Amino acid sequence: MGGSGSRLSKELLAEYQGSTLTGSLPSARAHRRFCELLPQEHRSVEESLQARVSLEQILSLPELKANPFKERICKVFSTSPSRDSLSFEDFLDLLSVFSDTATPDIKSHYAFRIFDFDDDGTLNREDLSQLVNCLTGESEDTRLSASEMKQLIDNILEESDIDRDGTINLSEFQHVISRSPDFASSFKIVL
Amino acid sequence: MSQSPAFVLNVLETPEDPEGQEPSPYDESEVHDSFHQLIQEQSRWVAEEGLELQQRQPETGALGASGSDHETMLGPEGAPVYSMATLRILASMPSRTIGRSRGAIISQYYSRTVKLRRRAGRPQLRDMGRSARPSLRLYDLELDSAVLEEEEKRGLLVKELQGLTAAQRDHMLRGMPLSLAEKRCLRSESRPPRGKHRAQRHRGLLSCCDQLRDSCVLASHNLGLALLSGLQALMPWHYALKRIGGRFGSSVLSYFLFLKTLLAFNTLLLLPLLAFIVGVQAAFPPAPTGPVPAFTGLELLTGGGYLTHSVMYYGYYSNATLNQPCASPLDGSQCTPEAGSLPYSMPLAYLFTLGAAFFITCITLVYSMSRSFGESYRVGSTSGVHAITVFCSWDYKVTQRWATRLQHDNIRTQLKELLAEWQSRQHRRSACGQLRRVAVLGLVWLLCLGTTLGCTLAVYTFSELMIKSPVSAEREAVLLLLPLVVCLLNLGGPYLFRILAALERHDSPVLEVYVAICRNLILKMVTLGILCYHWLGRRVGTLKDQCWENFVGQELYRLMVMDFIFTLLDTLLGELVWRLFSEKQLKRKGKPEFDIAGNVLELIYGQTLTWLGVLFSPLLPAMQIIKLLLLFYIKKASLMANCQAPRRPWKASHMSTVFISLLCFPSFLGAAVFLCYAVWQVKPSSTCGPFRTLDTMYEAGKVWVRRLEKAGPRVSWLPWIHRYLVEDTFPIYLVSALLLAVIYLNIQVVKGQRKVICLLKEQISNEGEDKIFLINKLQRVYERKEKSREAGQSQELSVLTSGANLGPVFSVKCGRGP
Repeated sequence: MGGSGSRLSKELLAEYQGSTLTGSLPSARAHRRFCELLPQEHRSVEESLQARVSLEQILSLPELKANPFKERICKVFSTSPSRDSLSFEDFLDLLSVFSDTATPDIKSHYAFRIFDFDDDGTLNREDLSQLVNCLTGESEDTRLSASEMKQLIDNILEESDIDRDGTINLSEFQHVISRSPDFASSFKIVL
Repeated sequence: MSQSPAFVLNVLETPEDPEGQEPSPYDESEVHDSFHQLIQEQSRWVAEEGLELQQRQPETGALGASGSDHETMLGPEGAPVYSMATLRILASMPSRTIGRSRGAIISQYYSRTVKLRRRAGRPQLRDMGRSARPSLRLYDLELDSAVLEEEEKRGLLVKELQGLTAAQRDHMLRGMPLSLAEKRCLRSESRPPRGKHRAQRHRGLLSCCDQLRDSCVLASHNLGLALLSGLQALMPWHYALKRIGGRFGSSVLSYFLFLKTLLAFNTLLLLPLLAFIVGVQAAFPPAPTGPVPAFTGLELLTGGGYLTHSVMYYGYYSNATLNQPCASPLDGSQCTPEAGSLPYSMPLAYLFTLGAAFFITCITLVYSMSRSFGESYRVGSTSGVHAITVFCSWDYKVTQRWATRLQHDNIRTQLKELLAEWQSRQHRRSACGQLRRVAVLGLVWLLCLGTTLGCTLAVYTFSELMIKSPVSAEREAVLLLLPLVVCLLNLGGPYLFRILAALERHDSPVLEVYVAICRNLILKMVTLGILCYHWLGRRVGTLKDQCWENFVGQELYRLMVMDFIFTLLDTLLGELVWRLFSEKQLKRKGKPEFDIAGNVLELIYGQTLTWLGVLFSPLLPAMQIIKLLLLFYIKKASLMANCQAPRRPWKASHMSTVFISLLCFPSFLGAAVFLCYAVWQVKPSSTCGPFRTLDTMYEAGKVWVRRLEKAGPRVSWLPWIHRYLVEDTFPIYLVSALLLAVIYLNIQVVKGQRKVICLLKEQISNEGEDKIFLINKLQRVYERKEKSREAGQSQELSVLTSGANLGPVFSVKCGRGP
C-alpha cells in the first residue's frame, strides 16, 4: 500500500487532475495500484514515475484480467517503442479514458483504436471478424459459424459503412457510437 | 520470383513481404499528406527512370483491365487488389490517418481551435491548383510546396491555444485524444508567460472582466470537483455497487441505482416535513385527549394503538396557532405579544409544507425524467442494430471470469437472435400466420385484463366486508387482513401473467419485457385505485365522528409493512428456495434470474404508497427510507448468493428512462390527484387534526389570504396572485397551450433533422464512389507505368541475352500487355 515515501506530492496530483479532467479520477489510488505492480525496491515516487511495468503484470490486474480486449488495450496505451510496457502516465491515460468523465468523443476514439487489430486506421472485414470472435468467446464451439459471421459482417458494413468503401473509418465508427447512449456507461473501468 | 538484372537499381520500394509494406501506424513521422506526395514521386520517376521492383500480383482472372473506369482488378476472393504504391497512398489518406496518427490529430484540433477563435463556419478553401480536391476533413490543406511538418503544426496549435481563454483552453485540451504527457506539454507551453500580463492590463476593463470571469469559472469548477470528490467519499455504497456491476453488469446495476434515486427523493420529501411540521409539533405537544394505550408489539404491524397518539399521524397535530403569546383576548382588545415569541399557525404550516414538498418533488422528477430521456434517445437509434450490438455491447465493468463467460454467452445469443430476426424479416410471414399471432395476442391480453378485473373485484368485496363488520380495539389484528389480501394478489398476479405470456411469442425480446411491465403496472394501479375509492369514498362516510384521517394513515402504514414482508418472502422463496430446489431436485446448473422489472415495479409501488400517505402520516417517508435501506442490503445479499444476470438484452439507459417515467406518470401523478382531491373536496374530520373546524383543508389557505387582504395594502399582491393566478383557470390554459406549441415545434425540428441526415448519407456515399473511382484510376496509372517499364526492361534484356533461356519468361511478361 506504500508508506509516506510513495505518496504522490500534492502538486503532481493537482497537475494530473487538471489534465485528466476531474477530481473523480483517483490519481492517488491509481498510483498505489501501480506501485503494487512494481518490485519492492522500486516503489519510491521518483522511480515509480519513471518505471515501466511489463504487459503481463498489467494484464494481471483484476479489472483487466477477464477482459477479452486486454492485450489490445495495453498495446494502444503503451508508449514504449516495442509496445510491451506501460509507464505510470500510460496507466493514468488508460484510467482517464475509461473513467466517468472522459467525453464520448475520446472514448469512441480509443475504442476505435482498440478494435483496429491490424492498426491500419480502419476496420476491415478481418478486424470485424476478430472483434466478433473476441466478443463471443475463446473456444471453438462458442464462435459463430462462417455463414453467420459473413452475414453479420455484411449487415454491419451495410449499416455503418456510409461511403461504401468496404471498411469503417473513424468518423463512421463515431457515428455508430453516437447512436448508442449506453456506450459511455459500458466503456468504463472502475478502479 | 523476379529476376534481378545486372544493373544498378534505384529501388524505391523494398521487395519484401507484404506485411511490412504498410506504414506502421505508430510511425509518428507519417503525417497525413495529400496527393502532393504522389505527384512528387511521379515526377521523380519520370526524371530518373529507375527500376521499380514490385511484388508480383497474384494471377488474376479474366478481367483484363481495359479502359473501363468501374472495373477493378479482383483477387481470388473478390476483393480488389491494389499495388503496393496504391496501398501506401491509401494508408496515408486523411480518413485513415486520423484514427492512428498523432500529427493528424494535432492538425485536426488545430483547425478546430482556429474555428473556435475565428467563429467562422468553415476554414477557407485555398486556391486548389492542380491537385485533387481535398477530402472530407476540415483541414487547412497546405497546397504550396512547403508541407508542414508535425512540429510546425504543433507550434501553430500552441499559438492558437494561447489565444483562447483559460476555460476554453482547458476544455479543448480535455477533448483531445492525446496522451497525458503531450497534453501536459501543450498546456505548459500554451500558458501565457508572466510578462504578457502587464501588456494585457493595458487593454482595459474588458480584459479585467474576462479574467474575472475566467477565474470565477475556474474557481467554481474546482469547487465543484472538490464537492464531487467529497460526496463520492461519503457515498457508502461505492464499492458495493462496483462489485454488483462487476459481477452482474449494468442492467442489474440499474435496479440498485434506481433504489438510490428513490432514497434521494424520500430524503427530499422528509426534510421539510421534519423541519416545519414534525419538529415543531414535537416541541409543543398538545394536551392528551384520553388515556394512552400501552405499547404492545402489534403496533409495529398495525400502526394503531400506542402509535395513534403520536407525531406519526395527522390526528396528533393541533389546529391552533402554536406559541401564541396570549390565550384569548378577554375584552376584545389586542394583547401585547411577549418578547421573543413567534406565532406559528399549524394548519397553514401543514398545508404549505406539504404543498411545497410535493411541488419540489414534482419539479425534480420532471427534470430528471427529461434529462434521462435526453440522454437515452437518439435520432435513428433503432436502425443499425447489428453494428451497435457489436461495438457497444461489451460491458467493461465486468471483472469476474464467470461473469465474463456469461457475457460472452449473452452476446452470442443476442447476435444469433438478431440474425434470425433479420432473416425472418426478409421472408415476410404469411397472412394466416399474422392473423393467428394477432388472435393469440388478443386472447392473452383479454385473459390478463380479466385477471386484473377479478383481483379488483376481490379487493372491493373484501373491503366492503371489512366495513360491514366493525373491529373492536382488542381485535386489531383483523385489520391486517385487507393488506394481506392485497399483497397476496399483487404477488400472485405477476406469476400468472408470466405463465400466460409463455403462450404468445413476440418478435423482439425487449417488447416482451415492456408488455410484462405494462400488465403488472395495470394490476397494481387498479388495485390502489379501488383502495383509494374505499378510503375517500366509503370510510369517510362510515367513520363520521371518528378520526378518519388517522385510519387512512394507519391503513397505508399497514400496507407498507405488509408489502415489505411480502417482498422479503418473495426474495426468500423466489430466489433462495428456488435455487436450492433447482440445484438439488431438478439438477439444473443455472441459478434463477434476477427479475429486474418485477423488483423495480415493487419499488415504484412502495413509493406510491408513501406519496399517497404523506398527508395523513407525515413520518411515512422516514419509514420508507428505513425500508429502502434494509431492502438494499437484503437484495444485494440475495443477488450475490442466489441469482444470475438476466439473459435478455437490457439497454440500461433505456430502462432507467422507463423506470423514471413510470415513477412520474402513473405513480406520482396518481398520488398527486388523490391528494388534491383530499385537500379540495373532502371534509376533514371534526374531532382531530389541524383542519378540524374547516369545510375543506384548502380553506385554511383561503382564510389566511382573506386575513392578508384585510391586513393592509402592503401585502395586497399576494391575494391578487391568489385570485387571478391560482383560482382563475385562464393562466392554466395559456401555459398548456404554450407547452403544446413548444412540443410541436420540437417534433418538427426532429423530423427535419432526419431528412437532413438522409441527404447527408447520400452525399457521403457519392463521395465514396468518387474515391473508389480515383483509387482505381491511380491503380491503373501505376500498372501502366510498371508495364511500360517492364516492357522496356524486357526489350533491353532480350537484346542483351538473345538466345538465352530467359526468353519464355520474358515473352510471357511481354505478352501481358495493357
